[in-house]
Amino acid sequence: MSYSKLAAASAIAIAATGVASTAQAEDLTLCWAAWDPANALVELSKEFEAQSGHTMNFEFVPWPNFADRMLNELNSGGKLCDLLIGDSQWIGGGAENGHYVKLNDFFDAEGISMDDFAPATVYAYSTWPKGTPNYYALPAMGDANGWFYRKDWFARDDIKAAYKEATGQDLREPQSQKEMLQIAQFFQGREIDGKTVYGAAIFTERGSEGITMGVTSALYPWGFKYENTPGSYDMAGAVNSPEAVEALEFYKEFYETATPPGYTNSYMGESLDAFKSGQVAMAMNWFAFFPGLYADPATGGDKIDFFVNPPQNIAASTLGGQGISVVSYSDKQDAALEYIKWFAQPDVQAKWWELGGYSAHNSVLQDPGFVDSQPFAGDFLEAMDGVQDFWQEPAYAELLLAMQKRIHDYVVADQGTAQEALDKLIEDWTEVFEDEGKL
Amino acid sequence: MSSFSITEPSNRTKWFAGTLVILYAVITMIPLVWIAITGFKSPADAIAYPPKYIVGSESEAGFQPTLEGYVNLFTTRTRQTQDFLDANPPETWADEIVRQYDMVIVGPSKFGERFMNSVIIGFGSTFLSVFLGTLAAYAFSRFKIPLADDLLFFILSTRMMPPIAVAIPIFLMYRQLNLSDTHLGMILLYTAVNISLAVWLLKSFIDGIPTEYEEAALIDGYTRFQAFYKVVLPQAATGIASTAIFCLIFSWNEYAFAVLLTTANAQTAPPFIPTIIGIGGLDWPAIAAGVTLFLLPVMVFTILLRKHLLRGITFGAVRK
Amino acid sequence: MSDRTIDRVAAATPPPVARKIRGLSDRAIAWIFVAPTIFLLLAINIFPLIWTIRLSFTNYRANRLTREPEFIGLRNYERILTDSDIWLNMQATAHFLFWTIFFQVLIGFTLAWLINKKFKGNDLWTTIIVLPMMLSPAVVGNFWKFLYQPQIGLFNYIVSFFTGKDPSSFEMLGQVNLAPWSIVIVDTWMWTPFVMLICLAGLRSIPDYIYEAAEIDRASKLRQFFTITIPMVLPFLMLAVLFRGIENFKMFDLVVQLTGGGPGSVTELTSINLKREAFEKWRTGYASAYAIILFVTVFGLASIYVKALNKVKER
Repeated sequence: MSYSKLAAASAIAIAATGVASTAQAEDLTLCWAAWDPANALVELSKEFEAQSGHTMNFEFVPWPNFADRMLNELNSGGKLCDLLIGDSQWIGGGAENGHYVKLNDFFDAEGISMDDFAPATVYAYSTWPKGTPNYYALPAMGDANGWFYRKDWFARDDIKAAYKEATGQDLREPQSQKEMLQIAQFFQGREIDGKTVYGAAIFTERGSEGITMGVTSALYPWGFKYENTPGSYDMAGAVNSPEAVEALEFYKEFYETATPPGYTNSYMGESLDAFKSGQVAMAMNWFAFFPGLYADPATGGDKIDFFVNPPQNIAASTLGGQGISVVSYSDKQDAALEYIKWFAQPDVQAKWWELGGYSAHNSVLQDPGFVDSQPFAGDFLEAMDGVQDFWQEPAYAELLLAMQKRIHDYVVADQGTAQEALDKLIEDWTEVFEDEGKL
Repeated sequence: MSSFSITEPSNRTKWFAGTLVILYAVITMIPLVWIAITGFKSPADAIAYPPKYIVGSESEAGFQPTLEGYVNLFTTRTRQTQDFLDANPPETWADEIVRQYDMVIVGPSKFGERFMNSVIIGFGSTFLSVFLGTLAAYAFSRFKIPLADDLLFFILSTRMMPPIAVAIPIFLMYRQLNLSDTHLGMILLYTAVNISLAVWLLKSFIDGIPTEYEEAALIDGYTRFQAFYKVVLPQAATGIASTAIFCLIFSWNEYAFAVLLTTANAQTAPPFIPTIIGIGGLDWPAIAAGVTLFLLPVMVFTILLRKHLLRGITFGAVRK
Repeated sequence: MSDRTIDRVAAATPPPVARKIRGLSDRAIAWIFVAPTIFLLLAINIFPLIWTIRLSFTNYRANRLTREPEFIGLRNYERILTDSDIWLNMQATAHFLFWTIFFQVLIGFTLAWLINKKFKGNDLWTTIIVLPMMLSPAVVGNFWKFLYQPQIGLFNYIVSFFTGKDPSSFEMLGQVNLAPWSIVIVDTWMWTPFVMLICLAGLRSIPDYIYEAAEIDRASKLRQFFTITIPMVLPFLMLAVLFRGIENFKMFDLVVQLTGGGPGSVTELTSINLKREAFEKWRTGYASAYAIILFVTVFGLASIYVKALNKVKER
């Protein structure tokens, strides 16, 4: 009891020095992935620079290298980043290996309450061990894997008629995974305005996390679970359940019959390219890109619309998004905390959403005008209601690499069966957890 | 058919051989020429099908050359609202180029920094390896050193380790010594890798310098060090220069260590170039521009080096 | 070990040469000249190597600073050598090694042979041909990726131009049956000049009089080729193969940029796999054992090969 009081007191002391050091202008570096929202954050941060006198520098790393480089940076105890907007799965490692500063005392001292943020985002981006009130990050960017499609094509009478003739159904935003595949197959190889188009762009990337993020968008709706009982690491029968096998086979069929040629190693950039160049009728990607897609002069505006990852057995989406953390190796932690304090304010969060960032703050999300503020805002709320994330264990990288390999070997390189792929995945994961001493 | 020498090939043979070699040379150059051209295309032209290979916009295979790739390579840009664009007319030609995408230049990109890192680390490690290598090579060449062959082989064997294998302990060591992501750390590492080449190559050059000159100098009252400095070094100058260029090329081209041991401050260009991205997806013209700028110095060096190329690539084992 | 070597270095330097010297003795100079190099190699090569060997018997992870590593004996080695996936990586590496060397020797030797016909301007063309091998492999891999793009890539376009195949009907980097060849093609493009240069040196080392003598004996050109040219060039060719073998066994940068090991794992060479273990999964101990296995393999194969090479030279 007295210990926690002491901790609180020292936290206040830290906060006090934080205030005191405001006079001293620091050069802060914030690290994140190089993508649309990062540019919005640069814009947003100008206000912080003006208010605090600190200078913000940014190190944005392209997604395919982001995890590699940032985890390398953390593991080498580097001082490059003072603030890091790290991927949700890093939280376990960040907390257990001491890369991230624990924020509880700071939150208490500054009156920042995690109850002000959407519960799914707090759970996913901030807590370790999962679901406990131990916070290592502030939810910075809510995100999930969603879909968008060519509204103009879906609305054309000739196409609608052809679809009706081919399938006996009306062409509409897909209401299930299987309907989505059917629509994609319908568009695959079709001539539209003298150009051959294809069904959909999906994630198949091998090097970082691409195909896992893509395939889980099928696995989760089929009811895939990582464990039979949460926290038990008991995976046999869950990871390789009949539903999981069916979902994996579905993803392979999707890849083989409804995606453009050459998309054997594609992730966010390739998906955007495929859609913007008018090659595909639909594409999956993170909500983070939706503002940019909507603004695109060629395929945005009234030519595009968005939908949540369709349900199959249940409704579920793959979680993306990140929390913002203070790196424990930084010499400028006070100024970094100041940034987080500033960022957590409701009006800053409102502006964040306005500029194209996905705020996780309740004041923004529960605002009556939110749903209509953007064409994808309602979808975003719906998606965040059913998000599931990959393992967030400290050993997440090993778990992810194993899944990347097994899934890519099966889906793209066409080796073995879905059942074998998932069985082998359980073996790999079991080995990891045994090494971890958790099994 | 008979010519002045029986071993001299006939003219027809020469003509035939020449044609085939030139054909190969032309084919081998196509990728490089294509990259150089791509650097001057707009992103849309760069990914056009069928490929555009003629300058000028009249024909279907023609493209309008632009410096867009180079502008994108050296700057960071953001999209701006129409109001902002109207209020701030473009000031430079580079501004004009990015305006067509409703963007403005907000600052330099990281390419300049990374390129400078390549220069600093490249020259730093080259200087060190040639300096140390010359001394060691002289000692191996002129003094009787026990187990000299073993030592030399030991020096060479360090090149047989896969770079990733070397990088594991180096990563741990540098973390302890705070050398991660520093210029000094990379210079030391590249020096350690280059020194085997430097020693072997310089030894082969110094071996080729007759010892009589030094002996004469010693008799004239030079100290051994003076003889090395005033007699041997000038004669080895060409060898030292070619060795230096080889070391420089290695450091310039190195990727594995750079990608594993640096993240920003000391990162060189090779790990950076492939990550240049544009508006959604890879910006091929900017990458091509970066590749062109990066490869150009090496091509110039190769031409300068052509007489000593063989010796360099075989660690002095084969001399022409 | 090191000190003793150095001492021996110094001790063995003949003092008589140091006669009329006012400055340092030869022993001292030899010592001073060699020491920094040896020191640097000890610090950045040998010490880390010993450290790697030590780590290879533990379950150390470089990303878990809080966890004490345990000594686990030969467990890492056992795991690696019984892992069927790693054997697949080894096979991919062997495929890559064999075919790159095969094509480079074939084309490289032919080119050298043609250049040795001493046509006008052969120096200029040789310099041009040599350019690719001096370039940065990572950057080369990166731009070849562009050339290999399905549909838009120049490579597909040229292939379709000559064969009439639809350029979007095949993907060099994405198809399981083509990807292993895509990396062989780029490596061959890049390194054939290396083999060519060495072969050329071999061809030029053959004195004219041998051919002249053969001509007098009325040996046919073909016979001359097999009894003179090939045996005389062989030591050079073997040297070239040694260098390429070692380099391609270590291959990382070019392939990582081209395929990243994909599709699936068909182009995942051992170095790429090692990188995943060491710097993505951070299984440092395991990766150390893996590194030692690779090092011993290269070193062993190279030593055997050098012995063979020396035999050929002696003949």
